[in-house]
Amino acid sequence: MNATARSAPGPKRPGSRRPRPAGDGEHRPQRDHQLALLRQMLLIRRFEERCVELYSAAKIRGFVHLYIGEEAVAVGVGQALREEDAVVSTYREHGHALARGVPAEAVMAEMFGKATGCSRGRGGSMHLFDAGRRFYGGNAIVAGGLPLAAGLALADRMRGAERVTCCFFGDGAYAEGEFHETANLAALWQLPLLLVCENNLYAMGTSLAREHAQTNLAMRAASYGMPAWTVDGMDVLAVEAAARRAAESVRAGGGPHFLEARTYRFRAHSMYDPDRYRDKEEVARWKTRDPLDGLEGAMRTAGSLDDGVMKQLEEDVATEIDAAVRAAEAAPREPVSDLLRFVTSVPGRV
Amino acid sequence: MNATRAADTARTTYREALRAALREALRGDDRVFLMGEDVGRYGGCFGVSLGLLEEFGPDRIRDTPLSESAFVGAGIGAALGGMRPVVEIMTVNFSLLALDQIMNNAATLLHMSGGQLNVPIVIRMTTGAGRQLAAQHSHSLESWYAHIPGLRVLTPATVDDARHMLAAALDDPDPVVLFEHGSLYNEEGVLDAATDSVGLDSAAVRRPGADVSVITYGGSLPKALAAAEELSGDGVDVEVVDLRSLRPLDDATVLESVARTHRAVIVDEGWRSGSISGEIAARIAEQAFYDLDAPVQRVCSQEVPMPYAKQLEEAALPQPASIVAAVRRAVA
Repeated sequence: MNATARSAPGPKRPGSRRPRPAGDGEHRPQRDHQLALLRQMLLIRRFEERCVELYSAAKIRGFVHLYIGEEAVAVGVGQALREEDAVVSTYREHGHALARGVPAEAVMAEMFGKATGCSRGRGGSMHLFDAGRRFYGGNAIVAGGLPLAAGLALADRMRGAERVTCCFFGDGAYAEGEFHETANLAALWQLPLLLVCENNLYAMGTSLAREHAQTNLAMRAASYGMPAWTVDGMDVLAVEAAARRAAESVRAGGGPHFLEARTYRFRAHSMYDPDRYRDKEEVARWKTRDPLDGLEGAMRTAGSLDDGVMKQLEEDVATEIDAAVRAAEAAPREPVSDLLRFVTSVPGRV
Repeated sequence: MNATRAADTARTTYREALRAALREALRGDDRVFLMGEDVGRYGGCFGVSLGLLEEFGPDRIRDTPLSESAFVGAGIGAALGGMRPVVEIMTVNFSLLALDQIMNNAATLLHMSGGQLNVPIVIRMTTGAGRQLAAQHSHSLESWYAHIPGLRVLTPATVDDARHMLAAALDDPDPVVLFEHGSLYNEEGVLDAATDSVGLDSAAVRRPGADVSVITYGGSLPKALAAAEELSGDGVDVEVVDLRSLRPLDDATVLESVARTHRAVIVDEGWRSGSISGEIAARIAEQAFYDLDAPVQRVCSQEVPMPYAKQLEEAALPQPASIVAAVRRAVA
């Protein structure tokens, strides 16, 4: 087993190619692809900014954990996954859900707790599900999704399906026993599992160095006998390249792979968090590496994006979110008479 | 099939009945697989799966590391992925390492997902004391699981239930936790030839009687039946109700019995505080208070971590003698 801990994707890194000017047919697909990435990241960013407003207006309640600053990870990894693959996520999953193609309207309706929400108002921000898109939440117990993801991968393995299960989790979850039990099991059984650690440097308010004796997360993952890479989580093209490489290797029967995406959340842990544990300078420094600005800048430099296109993109995204909010506002509430639905599959059994 | 059925009607042990159920499930549906600590080469911590590895291979009789949370969670994920996993945990005490997965995922996903995600998993584990295994192998925590909406909690006490509850559990689209009392594995009985399935929703009257209802489940059933036998010699006609399922709880059968006998004794190997016996007593008080001719009696384990020494363990557990004493209080 070629177990390595290294930075991805290495010299062959397609993401490091400078985007070339658009205009000729050969480069049009690349430009369109990058525009699609930018649009997805923008959708996640603007969606969550709207959530902040709606939270302040008390339309949305509960715990709301924003992904702002980390968009490149969900969007980049999403490129490496196919429809038939599975995604297991955490409580900071608006970005994962939207990148997986869960409609903004269904996510927003869930934030409102409405009947049209993707979890019919039972889940809220932390528990988004879409079985049809094989999006398995939405787990608010950090690391709780990891064994589950191993099981989805096990089912594929046992049935001979060439599918990948991708599990997102944070650096906080990495400290839980469930990560280590799952890593051991997945490597032991060579499960088709892509472990994506979104290392945003804080487990709620506890910094990486204060939660991990060994902060080289990829090295520790590699010790389980799986290929393990670290990638710049603020660079969507780099994430995409690394995730494609890892997912293809998983799909080809290479067993579990570990990808650490170094990222940062620009906002507090949740809407309740006064964010006292981080230096303002640190936050400001990371904001200079905004993944949206990064791709936008690269595309502008390459001549594949201009003010007009950007304006159009913003308008498209705003329109989509406006429609989602309007639909969520107008959507029916789940009737209280349905309170006990979905506790068991047999109505009335408790 | 007929040959199998005929063989099943022979005298068998609880352990063999469970094994026959597993074998039938594995033969009948290739989505079914068994996973857990030592289920394969070792033959099961309590010998239940002995021989199944040879018949079904290591993919379907899957030995796991000592990682309860990971392999139970993997079972839940495999259920989401279209399989029908049977996961074995050595004892209920060890299941606490997997409680997060059982409670926060298995029991919860259907509801949290608005009805999208079924979790058709069966989790088997041993429960109970009586084998001098001390405090970390001997507890009866099934009432904790019975507290959790979204789970089905079964407690087979007879060879018929051991033989047939698994198939019914695997047919259930929801997670089922199946508690096998460790002292029952060597119990022998004759399988009912007419039975090839058992319902999961109903309690069963194991011994009809007119004077008092003894309500119990699992490993306490043989003790309750022994107590009833002893009392019959003194002219006390005891009805013994086997709950079979702790969630859902068939209180209708309990209440119907109490309405006839007017007296209730609940035998439960769990600790009294916060126990399933407390729940049953409360339901009787809520729904059948005016049927009662005497206060409800409870026989539970003493409120102590289970001790090793034989005389201490025996004293901590419900015993036929303590059941007899409770019945005498009820009928006094």
